[in-house]
Amino acid sequence: MTIVAPNRAAVAGLVEELPERKRSLAGVALNFCRRQPLGTFGLAIVVIMFAAGISAEWIAPYDPEENDFSAMMEAPSWAHVLGTDQLGRDIFSRLVYGARTALIVGFSAAFMGGAIGLVLGVSSAYFGGWFDLLFQRVLDVLMAFPLIILALAVVAVFGTGVFNVILAITIPLIPRCGRVVRASALAVREIPYVDAARALGFGHARIVLRHMVPNVVAPFLIMLSAFVGQAILAEASLSYLGLGVQEPVPAWGLMLQGGAEEYATTAPWIAVFPGLAIMLTVLGISLFGDSLRDAIDPKLRDR
Amino acid sequence: MNAGLNQSPLLEVRGLAMHFPVSEGIVLSRKIGDVKAVDGVDFAIGRGETLGLVGESGCGKTTTGRCILRLERPTAGQILFDGQDISRMERKELVGLRRRMQVIFQDPYSSLNPRMKVGDIIAEPIKVHGVEPDAGRRRARVHELLSVCGLDPKFADRYPHEMSGGQRQRVGIARALALDPEFIVCDEAVSALDVSIQAQVVNLLEDLRERFNLTYLFIAHDLSVVRHLCQRVAVMYLGRIVEMADCDELFDNPLHPYTQALLSAVPIPDPRVEATRQFRPAPGEVPSPINPPSGCVFHPRCPMAVEDCKRARPVLRELRPGHWVACSEVH
Repeated sequence: MTIVAPNRAAVAGLVEELPERKRSLAGVALNFCRRQPLGTFGLAIVVIMFAAGISAEWIAPYDPEENDFSAMMEAPSWAHVLGTDQLGRDIFSRLVYGARTALIVGFSAAFMGGAIGLVLGVSSAYFGGWFDLLFQRVLDVLMAFPLIILALAVVAVFGTGVFNVILAITIPLIPRCGRVVRASALAVREIPYVDAARALGFGHARIVLRHMVPNVVAPFLIMLSAFVGQAILAEASLSYLGLGVQEPVPAWGLMLQGGAEEYATTAPWIAVFPGLAIMLTVLGISLFGDSLRDAIDPKLRDR
Repeated sequence: MNAGLNQSPLLEVRGLAMHFPVSEGIVLSRKIGDVKAVDGVDFAIGRGETLGLVGESGCGKTTTGRCILRLERPTAGQILFDGQDISRMERKELVGLRRRMQVIFQDPYSSLNPRMKVGDIIAEPIKVHGVEPDAGRRRARVHELLSVCGLDPKFADRYPHEMSGGQRQRVGIARALALDPEFIVCDEAVSALDVSIQAQVVNLLEDLRERFNLTYLFIAHDLSVVRHLCQRVAVMYLGRIVEMADCDELFDNPLHPYTQALLSAVPIPDPRVEATRQFRPAPGEVPSPINPPSGCVFHPRCPMAVEDCKRARPVLRELRPGHWVACSEVH
């Protein structure tokens, strides 16, 4: 048996070669679309929602708050593609403007609740001891209430209106985020780079924000997408109950409330279309969130 | 304790103990015992010296290192760094110490934050401690540190996952050097690397010791690396030091029965010698550190044990100049 010495070019290649850089963003997006058709469908719904919400002024054919008493409860027609409600307002225009309300409330509440929960959850895991114990018991108390009940309680204290609704949905999301993040952060705390940061004499804030938070971001992002869906649903529920966004601001939950009970048989389009909008949006966000988790999970990534 | 040292030691550990409580029950948790990870350890390290700390897994050598770094608060004992007891210091008081004492970890993959660029990892301590407030000069310093550790300065813009294990370990070393420390704890610093890379990193550590006048506590289980790098070696077993001597003395003339068993387990890279030599493993398993044996902790496995070993805990005695053994049966 002879042993062939590696030729010079091969050795030089080994030395010179540096690991390839990360794939481009477009490449990642294309790969995601190919592997996750359902997630792409969800993403498409979210993108359409965004487009509608941002450019509502140009898309909506009518003013969403203007009453046309000559055209009340009209069935879908060429003039009013999705019909009009009991006050003669164009349902399609209200849906488009309602998307804006849903997006503002959903994303603000999810991001605020997520960010606060993220920092508190990581801090809780990092400091441990009595702080962690106390924090966990506070979360237990908050988690004992279903999301919508706690949101109702907050609205009852602070009153209605868009800002208060955001606050009301933010507060119940904090413990849900904090708990999951704490579990990931407990694992991160034991990784030697956190010890290294302590040995280098870094402050608590730096270790939590620079060394631990960025490393629990993957599970956090997935949770965040679920939170946006939950927040939109909660906003619709609160508005439906009359404790959320107030008339005449267009909101999907409000449109349901106005249409569902009285006109379910005589003018079903008043309730059906906002209901469909809520369902499709939440479905789209959930599908996208699920696919995002699969795409980020390295164990599932290359199948 | 250190006959060969003329000046005062840089680090002196006296009666160091680290007990981790074991509790039972969730609602009414009560303490049912202690894991005695480190149980009364004494040693000293002179300036510019490298002390090897060896022993099998779970013997407490890493915990000893963590106590010295004050990543743990020791249960008992003193840690004198440059004459100052640091064992009871609070976090704020320790900040100054962090610049003088650093650590290199075992695993080059988990000891670097994957979300930070290599340059930022090395620059961060320089920035936090206010050593070099100017960003441009800090960058130059990072490049210098990378070169010193045998890496191309262009690695500063890369992420750790783009590098090999050996390169990452060099980044870890550069980070440890960033604050210009006097003392570095190398916690199994080469154990996770390939043998060829190990040799490179060991040589790098030796070069750095001479260049920056460093003092190392070299924690390892690989005895051949220890023999190459260290001047003195301490052998730990179940939270205690059983033998400590100059490197050659310990390897050529081990006195404690545990050290003898440990050394006989080192393979010799010559099949003919390996086939004929006597291999004497210590019988049985390492006892639990929650409930260690009475007297000498090694007595249940010791070929030389006598009745007295179960009662009296042996102290380290200097049997030959600079050669300390904790065994009542060797003379």
